[in-house]
Amino acid sequence: MIEAHNLTKTFKDKKRGQIHAVDGVSFRAEPGRIYGLLGANGAGKTTTLRMLATLLQPTTGTATVAGFDVATQAQQVRAHVGFLAASTALYGRLTAREMITYFGKLNGLGNAEIKARLARLATELDMHEFLDRRCDKFSTGMKQKTSIARTLIHDPAVMIFDEPTLGLDVMTARSIVRFVRECRNQGKTVIYSTHVMSEVEKLCDTIGVIHGGKLCAEGTLAELRAKHGEQDLEEVFVKIIGAEDQK
Amino acid sequence: MNGNNILTVYVKELRDSLRDRRTLMSVIIIPAIVMPLLFFGVTKVMTTVMSRAQEEIPSVAILGGSDSPGIVSALKQSAKLRIVSAPVDWKQAISDKKLRAAVEIPDGFEAGLKVGSAPEVRIYNYSGELKSDFAARTVERFLTDLREQTVSDRLAERGLAKTMARPFEFQRQNVAPPEKVGGNLFGGIVPYVIIILCFSGAMYPAMDLTAGEKERGTMETLLCSPVARVDIVLGKFLMVLTGSLGAICITLFSMGLTATVGGSFLMGGGRFAVKAGAAAATAKARGVAMPTIDPLGLIGVLAMVIPVAVLFAAIAFTVALFAKSYKEAQSYLAPMMIVVILPAVIGILPGIELDTKLALVPLLNLSLVCKEMLSGVWHWNYIALIFASSCVYAAAALSLAVKMFNREDVIFRA
Ligand SMILES: Nc1ncnc2c1ncn2[C@@H]1O[C@H](COP(=O)(O)OP(=O)(O)O)[C@@H](O)[C@H]1O
Ligand SMILES: [Mg+2]
Repeated sequence: MIEAHNLTKTFKDKKRGQIHAVDGVSFRAEPGRIYGLLGANGAGKTTTLRMLATLLQPTTGTATVAGFDVATQAQQVRAHVGFLAASTALYGRLTAREMITYFGKLNGLGNAEIKARLARLATELDMHEFLDRRCDKFSTGMKQKTSIARTLIHDPAVMIFDEPTLGLDVMTARSIVRFVRECRNQGKTVIYSTHVMSEVEKLCDTIGVIHGGKLCAEGTLAELRAKHGEQDLEEVFVKIIGAEDQK
Repeated sequence: MNGNNILTVYVKELRDSLRDRRTLMSVIIIPAIVMPLLFFGVTKVMTTVMSRAQEEIPSVAILGGSDSPGIVSALKQSAKLRIVSAPVDWKQAISDKKLRAAVEIPDGFEAGLKVGSAPEVRIYNYSGELKSDFAARTVERFLTDLREQTVSDRLAERGLAKTMARPFEFQRQNVAPPEKVGGNLFGGIVPYVIIILCFSGAMYPAMDLTAGEKERGTMETLLCSPVARVDIVLGKFLMVLTGSLGAICITLFSMGLTATVGGSFLMGGGRFAVKAGAAAATAKARGVAMPTIDPLGLIGVLAMVIPVAVLFAAIAFTVALFAKSYKEAQSYLAPMMIVVILPAVIGILPGIELDTKLALVPLLNLSLVCKEMLSGVWHWNYIALIFASSCVYAAAALSLAVKMFNREDVIFRA
């Protein structure tokens, strides 16, 4: 479960002055459902998700993740979150096994537990053949699988995906989408940010449209279509953004 | 703070760094070869140059002297000089190193000698040029001997004792221990090299573990883990410190090895300070300063370097943390290298001695105290003061590193 209340993040930038990257965002993501955060580049998706993963402190507002407050219980929040972003890379000089084991240890798991979980994940993700090779020699598909195993080693209740298919080829992107669905089926709370309409259509149970740091529309795909009188999500999106810009 | 987590981070960083070629270069390979190179290089060059200059019999031209056959023939008979006929442009010949020096016997020299007012003899040489200076000194010694001979001949003529003109003798004797003799020359360079290697040993791991991680995108991955930030900083910091201390230990080890092997190899039996006395003395007698190192001094240096290594590790870590890429980090840390070298260079300058004020100046104090310890001098009150002040600086730098790591505008700098 994720609950965000009035999350705001302001950056001070020398050239641009104050940037309201996230501006009063409130929403609720529930277990066994995928919450989609849809927005263009610079809309504030990454900043929002980083606040939920406690990588950034909210300027104002609060959020709880898996029942823990992001501001005051950051460590517990991180222990219950799996965070996967295009920007979360692997240690190139470690092997996949070393990488996953390292994150198991950082999550406080014992050696036997790590071994057992790693074996299961490697089978599920079909990683056995490259488990003992160094990550810098991996294809994008192998990297992505290793990253997924890294986020899952501590079996988090909440999964946060920040544009995880960015820059991936079609097949790898598809396997990610399949994996996100699996997380939902296991009853995890999933939040998924993207700017790709088709991914939202395929995956998300609830959609939040974010623009200029503000959450300007929220609902299921059917609700949004009905409200704006368009079938094509892209058209819906453009209408929402256009209405927001007129304010 | 959680010791287990710190250890987990440290072990991972150590393993990771051992697979990084740049770190291996700066922490192991360079420190291992720089000391032997310096030792063999400097000593070998010095020895060859000195002995070649001394063994050479300098060519000297006599200018004038046609009416003073006595001194001219004495010069020609001297085994230490090779008298050549003066070329027309003898000054140019000295500049061109075809001629080492020239000696001018003025007209009427021997005639003047008889009546008691001889004109001045002049020696011409190219000052600052080693071999030319040697030639001039040889001529000087020859003339001094000739003058003394003249005096004692005259005394004998008048039936007077030699002691009339030389009522007493004197002699200069060295009281500095042989370590000090070698220590001052070599001991001046050693702290300098140690400070540089200590910094460069910290520099590469620091860049790799901070800016490098940001650049490769692994920093965000790491920060997603539930480990407290302070544990991550300390684990990483320990790795940087390992780099710094590793470089120092390898340097000192290779220096000790070189001094042992090299000493006996080059000088015929100049072990450590214990046996170095005789060797140093003979070396000194030949005009060559033999580097000898007190092994206790090496241990002292190592102990003094530890807080400075902590300081360097924390500073390099903090500075590199600001950078977004390895390149950017390099552009911050490379100029810092100069800042670091400066106090070390001042420490080498002759005449700068430790006092209470200088003992509080970071790096300069290390450079000065290392020089002393390597030459067998132990000023315990300064040593304590320097160690304590270094620890204070190191602690301040480390707490700054932790503070910076907790700042999101440093870690996620746009
Ligand atoms: N660390 C930062 N410092 C300054 N500005 C930032 C920083 N991070 C993001 N921003 C700005 O905040 C806005 C939102 O960025 P972001 O959350 O990355 O958007 P998205 O992920 O939707 O593309 C952008 O204008 C971006 O330039
Ligand atoms: Mg983004």
